[in-house]
Formats: sequence, structure tokens, C-alpha cells
Amino acid sequence: MLTCDYFNPLQIRGESMTEFEPKIVAFLCNWCAYAGADLAGVSRLQYPSNMRTIRVMCSGRIDPVFIIKALKGGCDGVMVGG
Amino acid sequence: MNIELLTLSKVTGIEGEEGNFKVFIKKSPRYVRMDKCIACGACAEKCPSKTPDEYNANLSNRKAIYVPYPQAVPLKYAIDADKCIYFKKGKCKACEKLCPTMAINFDDKEEDIILNVGSVVLTAGFQPFDTSKFDTYQYGKFPNVVTSLEFERILSAGGPAAGHVKRPSDKKVPSKIAWLQCVGSRDLNRCDNEYCSSVCCMYAIKESMIAKEHIGQGFEATIFYMDIRTHGKDFEKYYERAKKEGLRFIRSRVHTIAEADKTGTLKLAYVTDEGEKKEEDFDMVVLSVGMEPADSAVEAARKLDIALDDYKFVKTDSLSPVSTSRPGIYVAGVIQGCKDIPQSVVEASAAACSASISLAPARGSSVKEKVFPTENDVAGQDPRIGVFVCNCGVNIGGIADVPAIAEYARGLPSVAHVQENLFTCSQDTQEKMVELIKEHKLNRIVVAACTPRTHEPLFQETIQNAGLNPYLFEMANIRNQCTWCHSEEKERATDKAKDLVRMAVARVALLEPIPALSVGVNKSTLVLGGGVAGMTSAISLADQGFPVTIVEKSSALGGAAKEVSKTWDGKDVNAFVSGLCAKIENHPDIKVILNSEVVNAAGFVGNFETTIKTVEGTFTVNHGATIIATGGKAAETEEYLYGKNPKVTLWHDIEHDPERLKYANNIVFIQCVGSRDEARPYCSRICCTTSVMQAIFIKEQRPDANVFILYRDMRTYGEKEVLYKRAREKGVVFIRYARDNKPKVTEASDGSLSVEVFDPILQQNLLIKADILNLKTAIEPSINEQIASFYKVPLNEEKFFMEAHAKLRPVDFASDGLYVCGLAHYPKPIDESIEQAMAAAARAATVLSKPSIMVSPLVSQVNAEVCIGCGLCAEVCAFGAIVLEEVGAKGKRAKNIPASCKGCGLCAASCPQKAIDMLHFRHSQLEASICAVA
Repeated sequence: MLTCDYFNPLQIRGESMTEFEPKIVAFLCNWCAYAGADLAGVSRLQYPSNMRTIRVMCSGRIDPVFIIKALKGGCDGVMVGG
Repeated sequence: MNIELLTLSKVTGIEGEEGNFKVFIKKSPRYVRMDKCIACGACAEKCPSKTPDEYNANLSNRKAIYVPYPQAVPLKYAIDADKCIYFKKGKCKACEKLCPTMAINFDDKEEDIILNVGSVVLTAGFQPFDTSKFDTYQYGKFPNVVTSLEFERILSAGGPAAGHVKRPSDKKVPSKIAWLQCVGSRDLNRCDNEYCSSVCCMYAIKESMIAKEHIGQGFEATIFYMDIRTHGKDFEKYYERAKKEGLRFIRSRVHTIAEADKTGTLKLAYVTDEGEKKEEDFDMVVLSVGMEPADSAVEAARKLDIALDDYKFVKTDSLSPVSTSRPGIYVAGVIQGCKDIPQSVVEASAAACSASISLAPARGSSVKEKVFPTENDVAGQDPRIGVFVCNCGVNIGGIADVPAIAEYARGLPSVAHVQENLFTCSQDTQEKMVELIKEHKLNRIVVAACTPRTHEPLFQETIQNAGLNPYLFEMANIRNQCTWCHSEEKERATDKAKDLVRMAVARVALLEPIPALSVGVNKSTLVLGGGVAGMTSAISLADQGFPVTIVEKSSALGGAAKEVSKTWDGKDVNAFVSGLCAKIENHPDIKVILNSEVVNAAGFVGNFETTIKTVEGTFTVNHGATIIATGGKAAETEEYLYGKNPKVTLWHDIEHDPERLKYANNIVFIQCVGSRDEARPYCSRICCTTSVMQAIFIKEQRPDANVFILYRDMRTYGEKEVLYKRAREKGVVFIRYARDNKPKVTEASDGSLSVEVFDPILQQNLLIKADILNLKTAIEPSINEQIASFYKVPLNEEKFFMEAHAKLRPVDFASDGLYVCGLAHYPKPIDESIEQAMAAAARAATVLSKPSIMVSPLVSQVNAEVCIGCGLCAEVCAFGAIVLEEVGAKGKRAKNIPASCKGCGLCAASCPQKAIDMLHFRHSQLEASICAVA
């Protein structure tokens, strides 16, 4: 999550802690982490719905620029799974 | 398409001969129509009949309608008629009422099938030893005594305990677990399995390490063993790591298990090496059960009329390890003998190789191929996106609001048509999709449904049938990664699904058609190394009609096997090697280049170019596949006075000097010389068996001679255990020594040798006068660095070649068209080298048998205008798929080799100039998804 010295993102956006729903981009490797996320579904494991997956063929594909773009675009967190 | 799966079927008989068998098969009814079942699970959810789940070692229940396990192929439900209430009582049919695709068919009947085939491969597997035969271990009586297979399921995240280790009696998290080795193996006293099951030591260590990870701080694992047999590649390092991490290894057989208290804690009684009686409490006991040929496998083998050995494994010969007694019938896996996964995979490919040789004249005669209509050119067209939102029965529609998602999709840019489907993957929907694509002139398709990992190929085929390039397609995973995981949050699941659809639409609009990529294939193979592995792979390919060139650095074929006289089962190796050499010399399709070495190599699958240097000069060989079989040899040593005293010999020296053997009274073998230590932290796998064989040979010639084998762990794995037993029966003395208290060899002034060793049974030092001392030094690989760098394939720390996947791809390299076999991969006996060489040939034949091969076109693309030739991309590429090329005065520029590229994109992410982009995963396409998230 992006933080700065004086404000947390909630305060920046004027949200309260109870309303805060972070949007998290997850870059997942097709061969491992993406398959794992699929299996979590098959196993009906429940987790918060805040993640938005972008499938890549390898986590090595992730250009640091993608992460910065996601954060600049308003995402609250970035996860790379590979 | 070219593999037909007959499930629920068994062989009832066979007629005919190699090349023309008639196989009789009985297929039991599934009661579920395979073409209709979409594996949604609605039936099992409501089925009222519960029964123990065999896959989870009966630790949990399944329903009467079920799939055996989540990754089952085919992923289709089946009804267990013995457990189904309708079949027992005549009513219920809940599954039929609930099935959304009308897949249930209670009228399904048993079928008789007759297959006409050229050859048969039997891979019918093993069953775990039935522990209830033993009363000592109280299995079935004390709940906290479980088998290793049960514990495996308890550990599994997908198992009945979801990976949370709890002991059965009171669901307490155990803090002390004991593993007892050799339950149902190496035992003639309480069962008939005198062989070693080969895999239990390693799986016990693995289970205890994983249990430690799961349970965490304070967990203590103890393994009670006879010999730790970690003879597989990289297994010894794992064993050492386990010891470092605090796993306790106690060399003893537990003689009594009793309950220590009412909670189910167990008291184990055993005797230590020092003869001290001990008792210790454990929360749980895991019995490391051995392997036996499955009853069903034995039955199948009998139906096929093939010979079995004393333990009911299929009988094979170590020089033709996958051939059964009946020509045309081959065998692979544990039904041939106890082995682990990599060895089973190798053997399966070797069996395929044998079948391919025998069927070579008929190659391709039954192959089916798909035909698609001509592709529409979408260049210059504005995107017209079709979005298909799937309900997946209730799997998606029961949680997310599918009409709302569809409505939302209609409002997205460039979306020309939106359709909701009950089941997007059903056959009739595929036909409808083709019509809709044509009717609405759609040129980009999004399917919002399950996961692309299982369903992308199906939908890509559908849009190809509508004349679209398969890459103008994107899936939004709104089931596996949405509704299934957020079933309690319906609104949020709907919101997430909308976001995922929006991201898919944003991305698909930018996708481009990508033409299929194929490369021509040169039909020949270059084999590096002319030992048993190299010669076997060469003959295996040449017998299928593929020309082979063997490059051998020495002046003769034969390699390390020239030193060996007999295999572990007594077959004559010299005669075998001469036979191979003679066959190669007379084979019209094999060319041998002796006294030669590889000095350069380039190219990729189907199109390699290797430069070879001989005394006559250098020349180039073009080949489609490369098999690396550069072999290995026994290492030299300076230990134990080798090279200083003539009585100290290595390996096969004693066989070559029968005269000296005649007059020697005391013969001493020292094992693990330079193996399993700091410098070479691996087990050389074959030394124990070799010494045991030599000791038996000496004892047979001269029963009065004293033979001593000084060892660390006796690793006569599999049926080789029988040799160990025979040696002890003949009076060979086995003395175990520890790595930190090695034997001491001293020379007296008259040149006589004394070996001093601590005997842990007698608890004192022994002094043995040795007339011959034989050292089993480590098996080390040939010098492989240059070859590895030419073909860009990796070596492990000990300089053995590293395969693509230790378990699942044991002869492949990560780069296509390159294979490894024999000692270059890891020390192994001749039968395993032969298997691996045949496996390498079978893998190479998958490339060579095609006029051209399709490779994934999702590869890197270099913009030479922007490239500055820094070479970072070539450096990071693990597949040798980027090379630097001179472009005149400009210096160097990167160039990609599509056939070698795996599409990982590491080069694109690393390029400081952004001169590399990935097809189908372009910066712009990924950024479109990123921008669509927020």
C-alpha cells in the first residue's frame, strides 16, 4: 500500500477506515501463481475480493514501469506472484 | 486428439502378436455422459450417499457421484454404482434432477471393446503395503499410528485437513512425530517383501520437512531407519539439509509401540547401536510403507500372458529393461520394479521408444489432424468485440449477477455484441458462437467464464472455426478467481467480475492476429558420446529410420561400460557392449566420428549446426536433435594410500587381476571414497551394489577368503537388496563407519596394509590386515562446461547436466530439441542408462517424426532501430533465444530466435531501451489491462 509521512491513502481519498476497499493488481505467472489462484477457486478457498489479476507468461515479464503505472493509476497495492 | 482414453476399463485378454494384437477390453459404465458433463459438481453437492474417499486414504468422505481427485483426467464425474442409492434401493436420482446439462444416464451399460494395436505398454502401477498385517505397529488399533500415504494426505493443502497437521485421536497439533522406515520392505521375517522399495527414505524425509514447515517452532521429527537411501539426484543434499535443520535420524528398528496415556500419545521402545534400551513418547507415528505390485496390475499382466518375477513384478532383463517376455508388450513404472517418479517417467518414454521402433513402418498411419477455414484478415478493421458471459450453471450465475455483468459489458467501448450462456463450453454453444461471430462480424472475442488454463484452447479453436485468428481472444476468469472464492459476497463478486470483463475488453481491443510459427526439421540427430547411453540412443533412433552421427572423444566406442563385467542381475556387459559396437558399425544410418570433439554449436530445435574438430580438421554437422551422453568415470583419489601402495585398488581393478585375487585372504572394500562429502555432496548410486557383487563373486570362488565391506549406508535399492542379503549369507562382513570417523589405512615397513575401523556393533576398533584394498571412489561427470556453454544448457553444482524438471522432464533440457542421458545426467547403473538413452531417443523422435514443428508464436520481438546492442537480453535469456549479431559499422544488435523462445518476457522487462516487446503480451496490451483496473 502506498503511504506517505502524513497521510494514509484513506485520508488522501477522504475515506474512513471502515469504507476503505483497496484495489490490488496481481500480476500472476501463468504456470504457477495463476494456476494456484485457480486451484484456490477449485478448493473454494474464500478470500477478500479486492484482487484484480493480470496473467503473464512469467513474472520476469513485469517491467517496474507496470508497477508504477498501476500505483499511479490509483491502485492501492501491487502483487507479483511467480 | 491422437490419444483415446478408455477409463473404467480393464483388459480381459489378448490375441495375436507384435504388430497385430487384438486386445479385449471390458469398459464399466460411468452413468455420466462424457460429452455432456461439465464437471460443475452440482450433482456431488446434493448426492445423499457418502462413502470413504480412497484418494484421501479414506480420511474423508466423497459422494457416490464423484471425480477421484481435482486434477483427474478426464475431468468428468462418474457414479459409483455400489454406493449409489438409486442402484441399491431403486429411487433417489437427485443427481439427474440437479444436473444442468442432462449428463446423467442411469441406463449406461457395460461395453466390450476390441482394439487392434501394434504394441502394448503396461503401466499398471503399485499398491502400498497393507500395514494391518503387522501387529507390532498397532496400526488400526491406535488412532495416532498412520501410514505414510495417510500422512501425505494430511499434509496436503488439498487434503482432508487442508494441510493443518492434527493427530487423529484428539485433533491436537503434534509436536513430536516418529517415522518408521522399511514397513513392508527389506523384511522376510514379517512379510515376503525382501526387496527395498527405493522411495520411502526420501519421502519420509520430505514428509518430516514439510510437517516441520507446517507445524513450525518446537516441532521434532525423528526417523527410525536401517540405512538411509537417498541415492537419487540431489537427494543426498536434501538429507544433509534435513539433518542441519534438526531432523533426528536413529538407526534402529522400533520393536514395540504402546499407548503412553489416554490422549493417544504413543510410547516407542527401541534399542540403540550401543545396545542401550530406550523408550520415548511421540504424539504420532508414521509408518513408511513399502510398494507392492498392484493386485490389478498383476491380474492385467497375467491376462497379457507376460512373465512375472518372484515378487510379482513384471520380469525384465537389465539389458532390455522395458521389454517383457512377450515381444511387442512393454512395461514402465513400479510394475517393473520399485522406483520413484523421475525413473518412472524415464521408463515410460523408454517403453514408447521400444513401441516406436517396432511400429516405425506404420508411423503416422492413424494420425488425425484438425482442419480450419481460411483466416479473415482483420488488419485495418476497427475492433468489434463480442463478449460471452457464462453462467456455468449456478457456479457463476448463482453468485454473481450475470445479466448485470452482460449489461455492463454492452456499455464498454467497441463491444458489438454480448451474449449470456448457461454453459459457454458446451458443444451447442460453440456452434452458436461461430454463427454469432459471423453474423455480427465480430473480430475480437472475450469469454467471461472459467480459467484460460483449461478452456482457452477450446475457445481459440471455436473462433478459428469462425475464421478468426486464435490470438484475437481473451478470457475473463470470473469463476475460479471470482465467484468460487467470493461466494458469500455476491455484490462484490459481481463488481469484481465487471472489472475483470472491463480489463479483458481493454486488452482484447489491442490484440493482434499472430500467425502460426513452424520451423522445418532436419531429420538427423547428433549424439555426443559413444558409451552405452550414446550408442543405445543412436541405435534406438536409427532403427526408426532417423540418421545419427555419434561424436566420441576417445579412439573407441564403449565408454565407462568397458570396465564393467556384469550387470547386477548377472548379464554379460562385455558381450553387450561388443554387440552394440558391431550393430553401430554395420548400421547404414549411423556415422561414428572417433577422436573428435565439439568446438562450437549454434541453432535451435530442428536446426542445429555443430562444429566438430578431428585430427583431419574441422567440419560442420547439421542436425535436428541433440543428445548429450558424455558419460562419466570413477574419480581419482589420494585417500587411503591409493597410488602409494600397490595393494590399494579402485573399482574394477580387482576383476582385471584374477591372479592376485586367487592368493588374497583378506579383501577390504571402502565405500563412499570422495562421495557424500563436502567436495561431492552426492551419492554415486552404483558403488554399494558393485562392491556387494564383487564380494559375492570372491566368496563364490573362494569361500574361505575374508571379505569386509566398510560402508556408511548400504544402498542396494530395489531388488538389488537381494544381493546384499546373499552377501551376508555367504559371510561377507559389513562394517558401518561414520563420515567423521573414517577407516584408517596404514602401511607397515614390509608393505603390508592394515585397516583400522570402529565397529558400532562391537563398540570397538577392529584392525584388519588387507591383502587387497578396493576403494569405491565417486562417479564424476566428464568435463562438460564447454558443451554446456555451446548449447546453452545448465549444469548443476557438481557439473552434471541439469534436466528441465527433476521429476517430470528427466531427459529434456528447458530448451527444445536437446536431451540428456547416462552418467552425464547422474551416476546410474547400466539398466537405468539404457532406459534413459531410449527415453532421450523417444523424446528426440517427437521432433524428428514431423516435417515441421509448430512452436508457440508468443515470442519476443526486437526493434533493431532502437536496440543499442548492450546484450543484457541475451544474458538474461535462459533458453539461448536471443543472440547478438554484428550489423556492420553499427556494432551489435539483438536478434531473437523464435523457435527457442518460451515467451517469458524477461528480455523485454530487462531492456533499458524498450527495444524488445512480447507478442500477445506487449507493453501496450498489458498497460491497457493495468489502466482498466483503476
